[in-house]
Amino acid sequence: MESGATLRRPGPAPPLLALHGIFKRYGAVQALADVDLEIRAGQVVALVGDNGAGKSTLIKVIAGVDPADGGEIEWDGRPAPITRPHDAQDLGIATVYQDLALCDNLDVVGNLFLGREIHRAGVLDEVEMERLTLDLLDMLAIRMPDVRLPVASLSGGQRQTVAISRSLLGEPRLVLLDEPTASLGIEQTAQVLDLVDQLRERGLGVLLISHNMGDIKAVADWIAVLRLGRNNGFFDVTTTSHEQIISSITGATDNAVTRRKAPEWDAEP
Amino acid sequence: MSRTWALRKHKAAGGAVTAADRRRLTPEFGAQNPLEILKRRFHSGELGSVPVALGLIVVWIIFESLNENFLSPRNLSNLSVDIVGTGMISVGVVFVLLLGEIDLSVGSVSGLAAAAFAVLNVSHGVPEGLALLIAVLGGAAIGAVQGFFLAKVGVPAFVVTLAGLLGWNGLMLYILGANGTINIDDKGLLAMLTGYYFHNVAAAYGLAALGTAGYFLASYHDARRRRAAGVPARPLSEILLRTGVLAAIAMASAFVLNQFLGLPLALLIFLVVLVGLDYVLRRTRYGRMIFALGGSVEASRRTGLNVDLVRISVFMMSATMAAVGGLFLASRVTSASQTSGAGLLLMDVIAAAVIGGTSLFGGRGRTWSALLGVLVIQSIASGVALMGIQTAVQFMITGGVLLIAVVIDSLSRRAQRAHGRV
Repeated sequence: MESGATLRRPGPAPPLLALHGIFKRYGAVQALADVDLEIRAGQVVALVGDNGAGKSTLIKVIAGVDPADGGEIEWDGRPAPITRPHDAQDLGIATVYQDLALCDNLDVVGNLFLGREIHRAGVLDEVEMERLTLDLLDMLAIRMPDVRLPVASLSGGQRQTVAISRSLLGEPRLVLLDEPTASLGIEQTAQVLDLVDQLRERGLGVLLISHNMGDIKAVADWIAVLRLGRNNGFFDVTTTSHEQIISSITGATDNAVTRRKAPEWDAEP
Repeated sequence: MSRTWALRKHKAAGGAVTAADRRRLTPEFGAQNPLEILKRRFHSGELGSVPVALGLIVVWIIFESLNENFLSPRNLSNLSVDIVGTGMISVGVVFVLLLGEIDLSVGSVSGLAAAAFAVLNVSHGVPEGLALLIAVLGGAAIGAVQGFFLAKVGVPAFVVTLAGLLGWNGLMLYILGANGTINIDDKGLLAMLTGYYFHNVAAAYGLAALGTAGYFLASYHDARRRRAAGVPARPLSEILLRTGVLAAIAMASAFVLNQFLGLPLALLIFLVVLVGLDYVLRRTRYGRMIFALGGSVEASRRTGLNVDLVRISVFMMSATMAAVGGLFLASRVTSASQTSGAGLLLMDVIAAAVIGGTSLFGGRGRTWSALLGVLVIQSIASGVALMGIQTAVQFMITGGVLLIAVVIDSLSRRAQRAHGRV
């Protein structure tokens, strides 16, 4: 187990993404305060925390949708300010939001290539797009009844896999997943978790927001806990007990550093 | 696409997919009984033009049994010309409905275009070709103005085009002035649009043969490319069956048209426009943008699509087609009057698009629905006129058909929803 406010661990290569002292404020609300985080290639980091802990805010900061007010972002060990969604995409960060952003009326192929259709002089090359779709789904071992069905007729798990597959078309190096298994059944959750495993095996970094400790135990390598907008522990999944993580999320074991830095939070009811 | 190739290499290096093999892709394509496909299509809300085709047959059978002149070559030939003006406007409405928006101004715009042509040509002596061009471009400009208020200012389409409905109708009455009705040269270019027939029987048969052959070659070529690329393709038997059905319809139509005056020029133009715009919608990037926007504005925006530009262009398309349709309608009666584009025209063109299978909720529809829907509406109108019943009955029948079409649209949408959230 490794815990503490400083999440830097010794390693041969610089981490894929490193956040140092990220601050984010919405009006009077300090959403993120002095947050550190590291993600390495081929690692799945689960980001957990109670509601309002700042998980989604952190995802938005990394995706460039809602840039940080202060702090440093490093990519491959070099400073890389992310101020727009475009910056994140250029670095190779793909984000799958909770609402998936799929066009229900388009088929799987249409959704995968939405916004980057293969075309000759404006005329779509459907055959090539379908071939690449089949290749990609096959490679990810995703079962899909028919890639020419509108995604509205797919199950929730299949829709999630379509959204994740789409993010992979841009060949990202880091994938941010915002609650990918929320509202999915058991079989469908397994399908999505299989896909997360695949991403790790392909050497991608994955940051996964989830409330489900079972899912996290199943796929994550590390667990980063946020509590009230601050780091509250960074754990190795294999050596940390369920209870330790839960108590870290709920604040039962605020670690010494957090307590020292943020006495005002503890004072609140 | 180099990126996917890179992923492929990775696959080769990482070895075969193991534990997850049972999740492998299992394409279900072809080799299924048609009933099964129809059932699946209904559940996924993709019935397409099946209900309207059946409805059209029912309407024809009923009216033919009531009056034997209904399916006479003369009546059917007239029907094929009558549908063109309304159909052209309806095609533009299909574009707007695909976005999930509505354009209430198309009736007024069609009347304004006809009036503008008549005033320019008859009152001011502008050559017909130039007057036609100005009328059509004027339509495009009107669409751009309405699209601007919708996309850039954020006024709902319903309100913008309602203002247009009043405003453009007012402008039409203004430019027509005290005359009220302007008669158009019945030997001129505009009158020829609906008055000219290719009397040579070879024209209609040739068009039918050409269309069928074109369809077959395109399908065959597509299937061959698909097989070469290793993606599921339509079996040759299915292509032949579809071509056969198309050939039967096309040849029967050509035969009937040749029994009267031959192939009408108006119908030829309409079919060319339908095929061309169908290609734009289904095969081009631009068409894909329209469907994407109709499916989800937010998803489209996140992929970097220029939402405003697409919206403006679609409203330009609908107003342009409205102007074109208005000119065809004026051509049919060889005059422009204060009643041009008024009355039930607006209801008819929107109803036609919906009856033809274009969804009111956006994202689903084809240009062909304009043809099928207009055929249904005009068939009812023509049948009722033949029997000499009051128009009151026509309104009630058309209203009922529209209700059925909307119910089918809503039901298939609900089926799709329910199916999606398993």
